[in-house]
Amino acid sequence: MLFQHEVHIALEATLRLELRGITKRFGDLVANDDISLTVEPGEIHALLGENGAGKSTLMNVLYGLLQPDSGEILVDGKAIKIKGPGDAIAAGIGMVHQHFMLVPVFTVAENVMLGAEPAKAGFLNHAAASDLVRTVSLKYGLPLDPDAIIEDLPIGIQQRVEIVKALTRNVDLLILDEPTAVLTPQETDELLGVMRGLRDAGKSIVFITHKLREVKAVADRITVIRRGKVVGSAEPTAPESELAELMVGRSVVLEVPKQTSEPGAAVLKVSGLVVADDRRHRAVDGVDLEVRAGEVLGIAGVQGNGQTELVEAIMGLRPSLTGSVTLSGQDITGWATRRVLRAGVGYVPEDRSVDGLVKEFSLAENLVLDLYDTEPFGNRFALNPRAINEAAQGRVEEFDIRSQSEQQPVGSLSGGNQQKVIVAREMSRPLKLFIASQPTRGVDVGSIEFIHRRIVAERDVGSAVLVVSSELDEVVALADRIAVMYRGRILAVVPPNTPRETLGLLMAGITPEADS
Amino acid sequence: MTSMTVDNSLALPEGYWTRTRKAGLIMVLLGLIAAVYLTAIVPNEPARFFLGETTAASGASFSINGKVGTLIFGLLTIACGALLILTNKRFGLYVGLGLAFFVVAALIWQIAETGGQVPLSSLSKITMEKSLPLIFGAIAGVLCERSGVVNVAIEGQLLTGAFFAALFGTMVGSQWFGLVAAAIGGALISLILAWLAIRFLVDQVVIGVVLNALALGLTGFFYEQVMREDTKSFNSPGLLPVWTVPGLSEIPIIGPALFKGTILTYAALLLVVAATVALFRTRWGLRTRAVGEHPAAADTVGIKVLGLRYVNVMIAGLVAGFGGAYFSMVTASSFTKNITGGLGFIALAAMIFGRWHPVGAFLAAIFFGFSSALSSLLQAIQSPIPSDFLAMLPYVATIFAVAGLVGRSRAPAADGKPYVKG
Repeated sequence: MLFQHEVHIALEATLRLELRGITKRFGDLVANDDISLTVEPGEIHALLGENGAGKSTLMNVLYGLLQPDSGEILVDGKAIKIKGPGDAIAAGIGMVHQHFMLVPVFTVAENVMLGAEPAKAGFLNHAAASDLVRTVSLKYGLPLDPDAIIEDLPIGIQQRVEIVKALTRNVDLLILDEPTAVLTPQETDELLGVMRGLRDAGKSIVFITHKLREVKAVADRITVIRRGKVVGSAEPTAPESELAELMVGRSVVLEVPKQTSEPGAAVLKVSGLVVADDRRHRAVDGVDLEVRAGEVLGIAGVQGNGQTELVEAIMGLRPSLTGSVTLSGQDITGWATRRVLRAGVGYVPEDRSVDGLVKEFSLAENLVLDLYDTEPFGNRFALNPRAINEAAQGRVEEFDIRSQSEQQPVGSLSGGNQQKVIVAREMSRPLKLFIASQPTRGVDVGSIEFIHRRIVAERDVGSAVLVVSSELDEVVALADRIAVMYRGRILAVVPPNTPRETLGLLMAGITPEADS
Repeated sequence: MTSMTVDNSLALPEGYWTRTRKAGLIMVLLGLIAAVYLTAIVPNEPARFFLGETTAASGASFSINGKVGTLIFGLLTIACGALLILTNKRFGLYVGLGLAFFVVAALIWQIAETGGQVPLSSLSKITMEKSLPLIFGAIAGVLCERSGVVNVAIEGQLLTGAFFAALFGTMVGSQWFGLVAAAIGGALISLILAWLAIRFLVDQVVIGVVLNALALGLTGFFYEQVMREDTKSFNSPGLLPVWTVPGLSEIPIIGPALFKGTILTYAALLLVVAATVALFRTRWGLRTRAVGEHPAAADTVGIKVLGLRYVNVMIAGLVAGFGGAYFSMVTASSFTKNITGGLGFIALAAMIFGRWHPVGAFLAAIFFGFSSALSSLLQAIQSPIPSDFLAMLPYVATIFAVAGLVGRSRAPAADGKPYVKG
């Protein structure tokens, strides 16, 4: 076959990467400050850092998507210029992006060959592309159907396509940018296995993550980045607390301090709820659940198992097909969102930039998005800027929102501070129920701690709290009871001290035998 | 553990009255109108169709009794609707057939009523002619939008093409040079579109509208100031020669339409095939579609997103500009102000109706061309339907086609979205 000989015997291929003094600025912000880093051939090198520490920027520089302001990149001792992804690939560097770079309507083979198409006089050779996919996926134990359409594939398989896509380009160094963010614990284990296999085949891997457990499981060496700087390196044997401290710059309480809950009467009752997603599939397929006053119910599950639709249906953002939602005994099924909010529900949506904030509006304005037409902030006709600003100053202080002024556009705040704006707004009404979807996604550790403490405080004053998160650690840390959601159903409701393996299996849809 | 594909067991059962079945119901109603109402009112006279281009008594012809004809074709329409309702499948096929049968029934009614005579070859020839600018325009739109740049400027590209063809064709004294100039004229409009849209990220729909106004203003100005002053040296390119393919052009009904035309007819047919093959079988096509769907994905495998978009927008301009020559060298032998008369927008509709696919765009263009030809025919046989209404026919068809039938049509995901790295 035309392409088979191009797939090198992997063990021969090794690549030593050296970054020297890479600096990248965005305006005043120094995203990468004089970063130096060496990745030895055939090692898994973990790049550990918080959200916003500059890991992705560094890798985008390495992959040619961004140009550094200074510094140089050396491959096998030779300095090279990487002006675009094409140069990176030519130099033997491949990247699997956090948001997959796959064309959803193309087949696996089309995506894999894109940019390096086997063709004769410009005409595509589909058969050769399919063969290449089969050859490479067989060689590395990553089975794929070359003719499957990407949008029909589960996330885990799409990621496999990305890895195979990189491998067909004969790269010797693979950058994996937060690859486990979207995977179940089992899929994560599988991926870690794949990474070890690639290392044993001679590939070098740069593994970008903020998850300590995974780093310890798979990395050969660890470099920690904080605020754009390399702050140290560590051995994978180092204890988690030490890594966390290095990553955050101070000692971190990994557990959320809280008392045992004393739940009262049921506040939120969902029964027999069926909700369709945008593709008219049953995203929520008959869910019953109950959240009581003074407890946190956590919903665990891999993203895309109906959590989003469930919460949107409760909030009146998405119609439910059948079933009912009651709030303190009152039927709120089908209520408009504003009515639900004003009935005493606080809501932190999962995507803050799209659903939570108006980025161009000021911090103060975003803090009254819910009550702008209510005294003292305004009335039917006009806003009262003074009241709005005074209230904003109070909130900024209370919720530790780091900003220059309350007139600043909210979009210019860091992710963590934006999230705190939403939490502050939603907690400023008298609440019966607080719903938080992915409350700490893309948020720095300091803000995570703060938001977690506020959520527990809200529980302690007697609100019912529903937390939805695809980060299992977060659910375990916050919840008094954990409901595991899989394919639109609640598979089980378990206590938070349930072993991780059991939770992981539940998230993959497997109910343990001992369940009876 | 992880299955290879998402299974659809969670798909919601749709209600009985799906979109397909609703369309079937409409077909049945149309069929009933034809089979009952039209059959009742049509005179008991024959409707005569000629196969050739003329209605000379010597030509081959057939006739059908008005009442029998409307009844048969009305029933056929009902059958299509019933099949849609019963099977809930093959939406496009049965809706197309059903509409065609209904149109035939209506035609029989009109012909029997007026005693007019219809040369079918001529009808198909006019259809093809009316479709020509739409085919060029729609495919230009497909080529542009598949790469993610919205092309509202088709009208301006056609108009500039028509103007350049007349002006340079006359000045140089060569119609062939006029054709080349027409393509370049369209490409000039494209150049501005590409530059503003890709380099300066201006809203593409707005640029398109502005470019149409610009083209109309500039060509109108030069027409008044230059062409009208000295028609002989600046605005008399003459008609393009008609080439007849011996033998094939004798095929009844479709022969004269496909094999007896100017170079534009043959170029249009070739273009449909070439564009389809290029988009779906070549490296360029794969990259074009990737850039139109997910430019970041293309960028990360080393494809020059912006470069490719420039190329495609320019190709679209060449195609539409070339098609613009139709107006000043095929249907007329000179340029006049606003000679395109908004057909570029119909071409845009044909592109959407054709779901951003060259063959779909071609069929949609033919459909619009046919409704336009039909309105000419009905006027010619002195149909009692008011001529204003008949002139509306193609546009009404456009509205229904685009609003009602397309429904699920899916534009390239990144269509109209500027690509910024990082």
